[in-house]
Amino acid sequence: MAAKPFVQIENVTKRFGRFTALDRINLDISEGEFLTIVGPSGSGKSTLIRLLVGIDDVTEGTISLNGTRIDTMPANKRPTCMVFQSLALFPHMTVGQNIEFPLKLRGVAPADRRTRAIELLALLRLPESYYGKRISQCSGGERQRVALARALAFDPQIIVFDEPLSALDYRLRKTLEKELKDLHARTGKTFVYITHSLEEAMVMSDRIAIMRSGRFEQIATAEEIYSRPISRFVASFMGEVNLFPVIGRADGTPDWPAGAISARPGALAVAPGWTGVLMARPELVRFLDAGQAADFTLSGTLTAEYALGSRIQYSVDTAAGLVTVERPFETRLTAPVGTPVTLGWDRAAVHLIAEAADGTA
Amino acid sequence: MERLERRLGLLSALPIGILLLLSFVMPLLLVAGFAAMPQKVFELAHLPDFSSFAVIWEQGYYKSLLRSLGLAFLTTVILFLVSWPLAYGMAKVFGRFTLVITILVVLILFVSENIRLFGWSLSLMKGGLLEGYLRAWFGFSFETPLYDWPVIVFGMCYVYFPFMLFPLAQGISLVPDDARLAASDLGASPARILFEIEMPLAAPGIMVGCLLTFVLSAGAVAEAKLLGGRSVIVLTDDVESAFTFGQNWPLGSALSLTLIVIVALLALVPISRIDLDAIMGRKR
Repeated sequence: MAAKPFVQIENVTKRFGRFTALDRINLDISEGEFLTIVGPSGSGKSTLIRLLVGIDDVTEGTISLNGTRIDTMPANKRPTCMVFQSLALFPHMTVGQNIEFPLKLRGVAPADRRTRAIELLALLRLPESYYGKRISQCSGGERQRVALARALAFDPQIIVFDEPLSALDYRLRKTLEKELKDLHARTGKTFVYITHSLEEAMVMSDRIAIMRSGRFEQIATAEEIYSRPISRFVASFMGEVNLFPVIGRADGTPDWPAGAISARPGALAVAPGWTGVLMARPELVRFLDAGQAADFTLSGTLTAEYALGSRIQYSVDTAAGLVTVERPFETRLTAPVGTPVTLGWDRAAVHLIAEAADGTA
Repeated sequence: MERLERRLGLLSALPIGILLLLSFVMPLLLVAGFAAMPQKVFELAHLPDFSSFAVIWEQGYYKSLLRSLGLAFLTTVILFLVSWPLAYGMAKVFGRFTLVITILVVLILFVSENIRLFGWSLSLMKGGLLEGYLRAWFGFSFETPLYDWPVIVFGMCYVYFPFMLFPLAQGISLVPDDARLAASDLGASPARILFEIEMPLAAPGIMVGCLLTFVLSAGAVAEAKLLGGRSVIVLTDDVESAFTFGQNWPLGSALSLTLIVIVALLALVPISRIDLDAIMGRKR
């Protein structure tokens, strides 16, 4: 990461009437970074990027870009550009006119505008014939690319994305996620992307910021968030994880309030009085055959299996609640639903999340 | 299925079709027929003759035609400029308050146009409501603005205001908020947003509003009569006198037909270019 932050968001608060949408947010973004902000609806992620591009004004705090404050600049003077969820293409203009719009505003000569628009069409893998097409003649994915080309034509310091892929079908979304990552690498621009899908964030981002009720819960790399989430909220955000409450006994051994898990002596040491959860990812939990051992074991009954394409997922009812196990489809169990099974996982597969006694992080 | 739908559509359009044929197309054809008759005849059983059009030119009737079109154009421009901010507010800013404005504007329509214009005439005349009270209370007197062309334009603006306001508001509501925000984000100033995004996207509403006011103003009778007091002769005055005092139906018909053709030509250009479905709220 660069020594001096490219974008610096300091103590930013945004209130709408009496509702606080953002509460003293701090965030540094480095130049050329792909940062994704993830959060459920209403967590304040949209508000934050609207402040960044200047659609809304900050209530308190400052936003600087390269050391210059931009939060007081009107939207049309900021070197930022947003790709809207609706894409906000201009329906009365052709594809070419849409892309050229920011250039036209700057007074670029028509011939140069056209050259640049055609370059951008090529960069986004759209045929040159699309230059004269109407927006209504373009498919969802093509519109997506036109919106991106228009943003790139503006040549902003930061491009901000407001869930632009959310309206597309799964397959197209997957393709465009990869294209976006690729485009980021080729253009070297700073991308700030918001989404409510952590999966989408993981595919593309250098860093991920998880947002919850107007504050950041965790800002880290995808790997870090995936394997070492800071809270139960972050852990459960990316889908199914197994969480077992843990309390530290006076002798330093774990106690399992939700139901007994047998831990090999010395496998897990917890400080007396420590409260939190133990996280075990579904793909790191194994089915143990007789005689096999693991640091943690738990027995239960197989209650369901779900085929997920290349992977298969099992639900196991245990004393500590329902446990999810995931494995490659080729290793599908022969045992039918209802069979008693023993689950096991190792110390290296677990992550401990400390919590206050009332369950909050 | 599709054929059945088409047949049903045809059937349901039949009653209004017959009504329009009898009340709209037939008179139009009659007017067109009389326009091609010799001077001062009262039947269509004559050889076609275009002397009426020659009379329009020779006796200077074209001046009142130009005057009518000019006043209508001025009315349309003024109404557009005056209505845009209010229509914008109704479509984008006022929220629930829009309903109050709509009701207030519609309420005015409940009183007949002639009565309202008489009201203005009584208010503005020498010794009328306005000047009379001002003179009695403050000893301040002014010349009446009545009986001149500006007051006619004022009267037409007043009467045709709703015909501009509502289509404009409807048109502006078609402009997506995101398009405006995106334009600003891409560096457009408010003026550029107005001219390059909002006006083109509101074009269907602008065209419907302007057409309605222009067509209505060009054929207006009452404003010139009641406020202008016949000091300004507009085309409709000439048409009326040709049919009544003049007893010259072919001349009256030729004058009407000229106005109809000019207005129709002016209207055809924008109508062919806008998407009426959009303004009627049908999905595109």
